[in-house]
Amino acid sequence: MSQQTSVLYDVPGPRQRRITLISSVVAGLVLLVGAYFLIYRPLDEKGQLSMELWGPLVDPSNENFSLVWERIGLGFKNTLIAAAMAIVASLVVGTLLAVLRIQLKSLSQRTFTGLATPLAYLLRGLSWLLSAVTRVCVEVFRGLPVVLTIFFVARGFPEFGVYLDNLWYLVIGLTVYNSVVIGEILRSGMEGLPGGQAEAASAIGLSPAQTTRMILLPQAFRIMLPALISQLVVVLKDTSLGFIISYEETLNIGKQIIGALENPIQVYVVIAVLFIVVNYSLSKLAQYVQRRLARGRKTANTPAQNPPPAALMSQAEGGAGTGF
Amino acid sequence: MNVLIDKFDVFAGGFWLTLQICILAAIGALVLGAIVAVLRISPVPPLRALGTGYVNVFRNMPLTVVMFFAAFGLPALGSNADFLRIPVLDSLFTRLGTDLPYFRFALIALVLYTAAFVCEALRSGVNAVPAGQAEAARSLGLTFGQNLRYVVLPQSWKASIVPLGSVIIAMIKNSALVGFFGVVGDLSQSADQLTSAEGYAFVPVALGISIGYLIMTVPLGTLLDRIEKRQAVAR
Repeated sequence: MSQQTSVLYDVPGPRQRRITLISSVVAGLVLLVGAYFLIYRPLDEKGQLSMELWGPLVDPSNENFSLVWERIGLGFKNTLIAAAMAIVASLVVGTLLAVLRIQLKSLSQRTFTGLATPLAYLLRGLSWLLSAVTRVCVEVFRGLPVVLTIFFVARGFPEFGVYLDNLWYLVIGLTVYNSVVIGEILRSGMEGLPGGQAEAASAIGLSPAQTTRMILLPQAFRIMLPALISQLVVVLKDTSLGFIISYEETLNIGKQIIGALENPIQVYVVIAVLFIVVNYSLSKLAQYVQRRLARGRKTANTPAQNPPPAALMSQAEGGAGTGF
Repeated sequence: MNVLIDKFDVFAGGFWLTLQICILAAIGALVLGAIVAVLRISPVPPLRALGTGYVNVFRNMPLTVVMFFAAFGLPALGSNADFLRIPVLDSLFTRLGTDLPYFRFALIALVLYTAAFVCEALRSGVNAVPAGQAEAARSLGLTFGQNLRYVVLPQSWKASIVPLGSVIIAMIKNSALVGFFGVVGDLSQSADQLTSAEGYAFVPVALGISIGYLIMTVPLGTLLDRIEKRQAVAR
């Protein structure tokens, strides 16, 4: 960060340093005064800072303290379980999807020489069709809100006579969306590799399946690791959508606590802090991995690889999510 | 399949309401995000810290939590978000002026949350401008403001378009959440209403709702892909 900003302005001289110091002090004061009048005062006036509301969350001697934190712990455990299951499932499905799409694409470009002409056309048409179908599926599931995939899974499965735990609805809903996103991340990683990699692999006699498994996938995973970790943050955030299907994750527990203690602001602050701490550490990890990878690549002196498309990267970061 | 035809006005109304939220939230998020981005690259440390803090807080928090804050925290503070009843706008977007505050709450949450990502998209654009450009501007004696205005920002727009676009797409998808926070009549709430309360068959309703969202997200995504490919060639 400091390096990036220093590009925009010179290393400050004595006068500039003075100006910066003065404006820092002024800005700091303005911020403090603003925080006092816009945040502290309204909170205080409404009695939101009273120990009555905060006590159960921060005061160990409060009668409700251990119970409240036990519940929050349970909720957070459920959140982590759902997130872990969703990310593992999405990784598996996403990898399969990426491989499938790459294979289908190469198949649809093959001419199938040596086969009877109608058969060759049939095979080619078939693989083209399959490739188009997977493409449409990817576009559709990438374009749908995660909330809706979860909602549709939870509403739709019982409609067809499939009754599962709420956890499974949540995991399936998350997986449908995230496997498609991860699949696209991996696919663009594989397609971004220098063409020489696949050519060299087939030159030493590896079959296409072996090429994908031993040459392309490991490299794609390596390049895309930061994006994949960012996607983990997205999944973790998206598990909070479990509240709409009443899965007992952190927010749902929070709602129950609020129902009993009537302190919404306080409970949500605590939950927000929990999420921020975990997700912030994860995104720091992603940055660290990215920096290490960048360093490793430079010393290994491999040719410059195509960076992954910005849209994919930022979608993984924001996702918004995606999703978020 | 009859529900698609019988209740077409519900689907169309839901689509229009979702579109309204998206337009308003996009405008708000772009403005707020630009302000935060300026804070984040400014030479004054406290402002920079404020920008960084804002981004870290809102980027790492689920939108659901932000929504809960807006929908339950603001009323606890006695606010109905009345400052959003902007005279001209609320005749165009009628939900802004209603007595039920949930549309405004949802809008606030969506704007606050998306602004963090907008800020990062804008900043990634600034980062994409080669360092030599800013250095050359500095050696010509341009100040920080001139440097940004004449050299860096005009070039960073180009690199920001694609990330900004995917932030907006993510925001459109996120807007589905507002239906679960008291906003009546948007696409996702219509899905709930039609399937559970009015007992329509699930599959056609899901289909109609999905099409509503896909109309917004898929063309935008394709457009972004195309812009990105074109930029890749130009570079």
